[in-house]
Amino acid sequence: MELQIWIWIAVGLSFSLYIGIAIWSRAASTKEFYVAGGGIHPIANGMATAADWMSAASFISMAGIISFSGYDGSVYLMGWTGGYVLLALLLAPYLRKFGKFTVPDFIGDRYYSNTARLVAIFCALIVSFTYIAGQMRGVGVVFSRYLEVDIVTGVLIGMGIVLFYAVLGGMKGITYTQVAQYCVLIFAFMVPAVFISFLITGNLIPQIGFGSSSTDGIFLLDKLDGLHKELGFHEYTTGTKSMLDVFCITMALMVGTAGLPHVIVRFFTVKKVSDARKSAGWALLFIAILYTTAPAIAVFSRTNLIETVSNQPYDQMPDWFNKWETTGLLEFNDKNKDGLIQYKADVSTNELEVDADIMVLANPEIAQLPNWVIALLAAGALAAALSTAAGLLLVISSAVSHDLLKKILVPNISERGELIAARLAATAAVFMAGYFGVNPPGFVAATVALAFGLAASSFFPAILLGIFSKRINKEGVICGMLVGILTMLFYMLKFKFGWFGGGSKEDWWFGVSPEGFGSIAMIFNFITTLVVTHFTPKPSQEIQKLVEKIREP
Amino acid sequence: MKPNNYWKTNIRYITILLSLWFLISFGCGILFVEQLNLVKIGGFKLGFWFAQQGSIFGFVIIIFIYIFLMNKLDQSRKK
Repeated sequence: MELQIWIWIAVGLSFSLYIGIAIWSRAASTKEFYVAGGGIHPIANGMATAADWMSAASFISMAGIISFSGYDGSVYLMGWTGGYVLLALLLAPYLRKFGKFTVPDFIGDRYYSNTARLVAIFCALIVSFTYIAGQMRGVGVVFSRYLEVDIVTGVLIGMGIVLFYAVLGGMKGITYTQVAQYCVLIFAFMVPAVFISFLITGNLIPQIGFGSSSTDGIFLLDKLDGLHKELGFHEYTTGTKSMLDVFCITMALMVGTAGLPHVIVRFFTVKKVSDARKSAGWALLFIAILYTTAPAIAVFSRTNLIETVSNQPYDQMPDWFNKWETTGLLEFNDKNKDGLIQYKADVSTNELEVDADIMVLANPEIAQLPNWVIALLAAGALAAALSTAAGLLLVISSAVSHDLLKKILVPNISERGELIAARLAATAAVFMAGYFGVNPPGFVAATVALAFGLAASSFFPAILLGIFSKRINKEGVICGMLVGILTMLFYMLKFKFGWFGGGSKEDWWFGVSPEGFGSIAMIFNFITTLVVTHFTPKPSQEIQKLVEKIREP
Repeated sequence: MKPNNYWKTNIRYITILLSLWFLISFGCGILFVEQLNLVKIGGFKLGFWFAQQGSIFGFVIIIFIYIFLMNKLDQSRKK
């Protein structure tokens, strides 16, 4: 069957599934809208968290980025999984015990202050908006590449779907669609990986194939290191970044994960404290399936690419090469006119430009897999982008309707009124996200990674200290969060976007890149909170009791 | 069990498990990666394996150990 028809079938079927689930799981109360009624099974919540968490970036770009950066790519692998240990051990059980709807809820109540609540709302909105714009863009890109519609139409279709199930079903609808989306995306990711692993190493499990020898008897990683040396690239299995920077980036991503509001709220949806721990475990297990496969795919496709193209005649390239050339993701420029492809690290003699995204997207074609696998990949990429977008939408809408309206501006709003406000806020947020998806501000791609730094520098210290210390007071936390997020914003604007005089690599503070600076800003936050708390009065008896109550199972 | 003991035991578990968490990721995957890379297991240099595979498996195991320990602790507290 024709590829286009397969893709329409796969995307059409998965979308009708999501819509069906949304109609079945409409939310009737604010509790259902914000936390799915609070009775989700831990395994289902684990799957939903995994889909919520793994965005278009994890699905499409990560394996490719690792493929081109080798050991340096480890920061994403460790950074985006290690945060779940922090969540399970330090945050999730206690926040579930606290038993409200949102992160600003916790900050506002624990620090007995609406100012603290406002600062938290501000941070939640900044983090979520930088993140969601990238997701809608991802939806548009996938549509345009696979279904040959233009990006605007793609974004509009994506907006329509998310709008439908997020606005109708709230957290309840989102949770069950995310469970379905996890199944779609993990299946779509694993099928080509297993095929390719078998093809190259004869081993069906990519995680093992990764460390095995290829058909010629040489270990795959040794072979790749050799190929890299030959072509002048840095050795694949060792790094080029400074150890301090690798350390800081990994830390910022881990702590940022634990501080992302759309991940934290997922733990409010389970029945009891022990279920919150369990779902963190299941979530990481489900995520680990993709995250341990990605570096294997990176090595397989890197080796495959080099062996297929390096020093080979251009006119004998396989079909996929020409096909991806037309999309602009592959570019060949025969500089020395010998008809052979020279793929080199040296820019002056290199003749081939390869976009990182191709490593996952072209995988099925490189391995000559049937058309339905390619269709599956398109549906999987859409599932990854839509599930994350929906989770973020909910954070934005609850920050407006619950935290801002109900808790600060109109405290006596009725249940019905709040629900209507939540739906209106979600609708408005979809349109804003769609707008950014169609007209991406130049900084979207750069800021998605930085959203983690923002979360790390604002929420993580505030929540952690709120649970593990009874002494920390509102003055400390308000100053801490502001110092943290503002330093991070300043650093990111200065070194990423050239504001405040800009600066280059040599000017980085302590030699830490903007991606890793979240760790430093977090330390500033901790220090400020502790120092200010030291000079201001203790929280009241009731607050200390509240903290004690949170610590009980 | 007294509430105070419950919290203290919890803190002890957290401290031990977080040290492990730090060791397998920041330790084996970043700080001592060069030394560990001298050891090879199968086709993997050990440090590289920790950074791209081992640490992730380790994280999953750490969380499930904590779930197990805390469920037991919750049980003993009820008695």
